[in-house]
Amino acid sequence: MNKLYEKYIKTDSLPTLFCPGCGNGIIQFAAINAIDKLGIKDDIACVSGIGCSSWIPCYYKLDVMHTMHGRALAFAEGLKLARPDKKILVFTGDGDCLAIGGNHLMHAAARNIDLTVVMANNYIYGMTGGQKSPSTPKGSVTKTSPFGSIDEPIDGCRLVMALGASYVARWTTAHPVQLAGSIAEGIEHRGFSFIEVQTQCPVQAGKGVYGEKDPAAIMQKYKERTYLYREGSEPVEGKIPVGVFRHDKNALEYIERVEAKLKEQGIERG
Amino acid sequence: MDKRTSESAKSLKKNPPKPAKKEEVLQGNEACAKGALYAGCRFFAGYPITPSTEIIEMMSSEMQKCGGAFIQMEDEIGSACAIIGARWGGKKAMTATSGPGYTLMQEAIGFAAVTETPIVIVNVQRGGPSTGQPTMSSQQDIYQARYGSHGDYEIIVLSPSSVQEMYDFTVRAFELSEQFRTPVILLADEVIGHMREKVVLEDGSRNIKSVKQKYVVSPQADFFQGENTLVEGQLHDSMGRRIGHVPSKSGEFVNNINKKIRDHVDVIADIRTYFMDDADVAIVAYGSVVRPAINAVKLARKVEDDRLRPKLRIFRDIFRKGVQETINTDYSHLKVGLVKINTVWPFPEELLREATRDVHTVIVPEMNVGKYSREVERVLKDKTVIPMSKCGGDIHTPQEILDEILREVGVDE
Repeated sequence: MNKLYEKYIKTDSLPTLFCPGCGNGIIQFAAINAIDKLGIKDDIACVSGIGCSSWIPCYYKLDVMHTMHGRALAFAEGLKLARPDKKILVFTGDGDCLAIGGNHLMHAAARNIDLTVVMANNYIYGMTGGQKSPSTPKGSVTKTSPFGSIDEPIDGCRLVMALGASYVARWTTAHPVQLAGSIAEGIEHRGFSFIEVQTQCPVQAGKGVYGEKDPAAIMQKYKERTYLYREGSEPVEGKIPVGVFRHDKNALEYIERVEAKLKEQGIERG
Repeated sequence: MDKRTSESAKSLKKNPPKPAKKEEVLQGNEACAKGALYAGCRFFAGYPITPSTEIIEMMSSEMQKCGGAFIQMEDEIGSACAIIGARWGGKKAMTATSGPGYTLMQEAIGFAAVTETPIVIVNVQRGGPSTGQPTMSSQQDIYQARYGSHGDYEIIVLSPSSVQEMYDFTVRAFELSEQFRTPVILLADEVIGHMREKVVLEDGSRNIKSVKQKYVVSPQADFFQGENTLVEGQLHDSMGRRIGHVPSKSGEFVNNINKKIRDHVDVIADIRTYFMDDADVAIVAYGSVVRPAINAVKLARKVEDDRLRPKLRIFRDIFRKGVQETINTDYSHLKVGLVKINTVWPFPEELLREATRDVHTVIVPEMNVGKYSREVERVLKDKTVIPMSKCGGDIHTPQEILDEILREVGVDE
């Protein structure tokens, strides 16, 4: 077994409940890589919501809170405010984060509170068996859009950028090294970091959503359908940008702003 | 910084909040916030809602001054989740809400019960259903407080009937939540939340210790202790690993979560009795209705009580008119007593049976359609139990309670 896996994964909890071909293993390992690279095993905790991607941290040898559908960010904000000296890594999915948890996402991003969010976007409700999610592409055939989805998908990255998130990146499971790099960067960044990972659910989405059933073929498609975004680069017609969209080191973080205000008002902390 | 803010900053610096043992006239909601801070609560998340808003308002300044953290969340379920997160971060935590906000928190209350997270949630009840009566009082959430979240769990619910109790019971709520590692609900209502009374405040601040093992089903350490804690909303073993797919283990877990409260009612339950030694008729009351109930007892027993005589003449006249009939009526045949329930859930069965052993009739006034009386009926099968429902927002008057007793028991008995 891989050395990092032994260090970070509770082997007595294996096997994971992920289906064959699922992208969650790649995300799980990318986050381990990031945490190990930063050497902060004792200073980080994970919080997740409900859905396949929210099971990612449950196998970690770390303090983990596997919470309620859509509410991971609210739990994480409480934990962060109780322990501002520690780092919090949040795992969530497109349904958990953009649908039921959309309100918390908006407000956490607007606060620019120091959390790192990894949103696994597989474009589907996988755990319940393949229903349309807020990010499902228009026209996709799913269990709840049998005639083809009619809604414009929601872009989580653009949403949090509009609200004031200070670190925003997007990668796919075909970019595991870059993903690990961004998770590390996001954890180190003091502020709200949002990292979307486009991932595959070959079992519940497959042909109806990606036009492919084979996980390797879906990942190949991710490579072909994306282009690397750099500041000032022109959008590529019909392709999805990946890369770091924003890294604002000057934006003041929520707890920093709280402390600054108390200091300004001369309020002593007991 | 303009002149005004700098001045207020200066005065704040000069007069830091001093936790002295003293008497203060406080509003119920303020007393609740002060009780929480005294109990060592160092995290508050909330969302404004009438009639509980004064709690979040006071916390927004006082929590910071005590070195704790405060956040105004985007909704009530987020507030309930945030306090659970903060508690695992090692901070005692509380939120406060009312009516619709309390309904919105229910999922998180179930999560706290199943993950054995000690938190305190204050519900200053208002009239419902739905938006209902934002500024009026009720006791309509008595069952929601017990059964609000889905699934089987037991919970501890305290019901204050004075501003002093708003303070004392908040402290007690933190004690019980840590002792049993469970969410505790402080079920107040608008009358108590907005009333102003004299309160004796404790000195300084207490650090209520978490009792780790005694009443805990699946103990987990706080975060950042190097224990690899896994807080899991699915039914789980003591390592936090899911057992939801194993019926035998799941059944045991659910039973244990319920039993840790149900088997220790003797430790939790708290009732008070007044004039019950020779009583034939008992009023069973909780929350603000205790106030008219105790006055009904005093009027029936012709107890001289200065607090029953308003000081201002205008009020004195109104009062005299109101009680003239009562004062002139002979109630000597009516031996009325009061059983005041402080811990409404778990239901104090044994204590209530014992307290009402010698009465033949029990009357249960409450500001709802008559809910708690069902539980009283279930336990006191050999008595005549009379529900006395009052909806609409007004609290019962002592006279109404006395009249009801006369109607039921009869004048010539």
